[in-house]
Amino acid sequence: MSNFVMKRWLNRSFVHSAVIIICFLWTLPTIGVLISSFRAPNDMRSSGWWTTLAHPFNFTQWTTRNYADVITSNGIGSAFVNTLVVTIPATVIPITVAAFAAYAFAWMRFPLRDTAFALVVGLMVVPLQMALIPVLRLYTRLGLNGSFLGIWLAHTGFGLPMATYLLYSYISQLPRDLLESAFIDGASHFTAFTRLVVPLSLPAIASFAIFQFLWVWNDLLISLVFLGTSKDVAVLTSALSKLVGSKGQAWHLLTAGAFVSMLVPLVVFFSLQRYFVRGLLAGSVKG
Amino acid sequence: MASITFDHVNKIFGDVHVLKDLDIDIPDQEFLVLVGPSGCGKSTALRCLAGLEEISSGQIQIGNRVVNNVPPKDRDIAMVFQSYALYPHMSVFDNMAFGLKLRKVPKPEIRKRVEEAAQMLSIEHLLDRKPRQLSGGQRQRVALGRAIVRDPAVFLMDEPLSNLDAKLRVQTRAEINKLHQKLKTTFIYVTHDQTEAMTMGSRIAVMRDGILQQIDTPQTLYDHPVNKFVAGFIGSPSMNFIRGTLQRGDGQLVFDANGFSVPIPASRMQMVDSHIGKAVDLGIRPEDIHDATLLPPGVIGHAKVEATVDVTEPMGSEIYAYLLNGSNSFVGRFDPRTSARPGQPIMTVFDMDKMHIFDVETEKALV
Repeated sequence: MSNFVMKRWLNRSFVHSAVIIICFLWTLPTIGVLISSFRAPNDMRSSGWWTTLAHPFNFTQWTTRNYADVITSNGIGSAFVNTLVVTIPATVIPITVAAFAAYAFAWMRFPLRDTAFALVVGLMVVPLQMALIPVLRLYTRLGLNGSFLGIWLAHTGFGLPMATYLLYSYISQLPRDLLESAFIDGASHFTAFTRLVVPLSLPAIASFAIFQFLWVWNDLLISLVFLGTSKDVAVLTSALSKLVGSKGQAWHLLTAGAFVSMLVPLVVFFSLQRYFVRGLLAGSVKG
Repeated sequence: MASITFDHVNKIFGDVHVLKDLDIDIPDQEFLVLVGPSGCGKSTALRCLAGLEEISSGQIQIGNRVVNNVPPKDRDIAMVFQSYALYPHMSVFDNMAFGLKLRKVPKPEIRKRVEEAAQMLSIEHLLDRKPRQLSGGQRQRVALGRAIVRDPAVFLMDEPLSNLDAKLRVQTRAEINKLHQKLKTTFIYVTHDQTEAMTMGSRIAVMRDGILQQIDTPQTLYDHPVNKFVAGFIGSPSMNFIRGTLQRGDGQLVFDANGFSVPIPASRMQMVDSHIGKAVDLGIRPEDIHDATLLPPGVIGHAKVEATVDVTEPMGSEIYAYLLNGSNSFVGRFDPRTSARPGQPIMTVFDMDKMHIFDVETEKALV
């Protein structure tokens, strides 16, 4: 083995082992939660989750009762449904609005366009906590407190600046000729947007959708403020935090509940990972 | 079918005056080429005509209709872009059908027109493909096809050949010419390549710095350029310019450059009368400089200039000889049998019947 190959091999193996160790440390708690959620409450109190790994095929130590319990009798099931009801519109609405806005900022000429765009993008630096109380007072007056519509609008508002900015940076980079060709072909701005810009911007739209979806799914603060914790509207995060308060010792329920709430983000992440990485880079590097 | 008129059109971007008082009349069915160096305003003129840019003042008419405020889609034009601008997520068929669909043309009619155009351009077998699966030449055809199916009154082409390789460019040039004859529609074609302009246009408009320099048939532009710019821009290799003065001597007029002097033919004397004793530029095309030993019939050999050969470029059918005489340098297109060798002296003959004389300051042609 030549010196150079040797060096490269050593370098690589160092990087690889570092990555493996970090990944291991990072996922260890999650694996612990997953395994614990399938153990009987008594087992959990008497031994650590890692002891199950000694004989993983001993099926008597596994149970799905925790899930059945937490979903049916502790409100996690309905909270799951509520979270979907909150998350899907709170993802779709801001993306739709932002895509229209991004197109207009990129391709339409109107007075004060640049000022308006700077204003929208500037809103990204405003921490959302600052807006909580004013918006809450407004909602009380409008009767939107504790309603799904209220939280959809809140998430839309908080997500829009970032969404507009990300989509703008993508849409404004589409080749000018393409749109001009469409205009000559007879397209209005609306047809150019729906037939050309949206299909061509799908990567950017998808990557922002993932961000917004995960953000809304994992949000506790906004749902607590605008939706509250009553059973018919509570989302997973607030249901879980309530569970911690009322059944702080019931580890078998907490781990199962936590895993239910992680399920959808994991599926979303793994199935759309490709776009996720692209989304991280969106706007930073061209191409 | 439509005639086009640019009536004193100006276009100003911020502080930049891109089109200055552009005034062109284009009759129906003409193939007009707009040519000029980059930044001369030719593409802007085309984009103004297409409605992609608003004009600052003046009037544009398409078929006797003022279109200043008409959006691109209602101007009855089709445009082929340099980048082809094919819609990447649509098949070739859908690319070509897009404009017709938006205009609510019935489906069987769309299919018929797309297939006809595809046949005309020999791309029938590509209709199901996506643009990324096509070669440059094929994309170019699809872009042409997309324009053809619309059956517009005017075809606009913005350097459509500049992304093709040399061989394909020559081939497509001929095809676009054929297309023009077949479709009998007004074509406006923008290019920076004077060869394309010469071979394609029924008329050529030469532009510089937003100003129309001359508009005429290719041959007239070549034989009678109105100024030094047009003379130098049209033709390859370009016209030789030699600075000198007009002097009267032994009853005849001579052009006296630093190192040689050549007689001005009697027939031209009157035209340059006002410039006797003043500095002028002599313009002479490379093919009008001959090897004195190989004079073609009809060329009178009394404008002899001795020169040293600097470099020769054999082209097969002819030889380009780069010649030096004192501080003057010029190019001759010689018969391949010439004895010109680099470093060797050679006697050349200027065909003074074909020369041009330009005013040094205004650059206008006197002859």
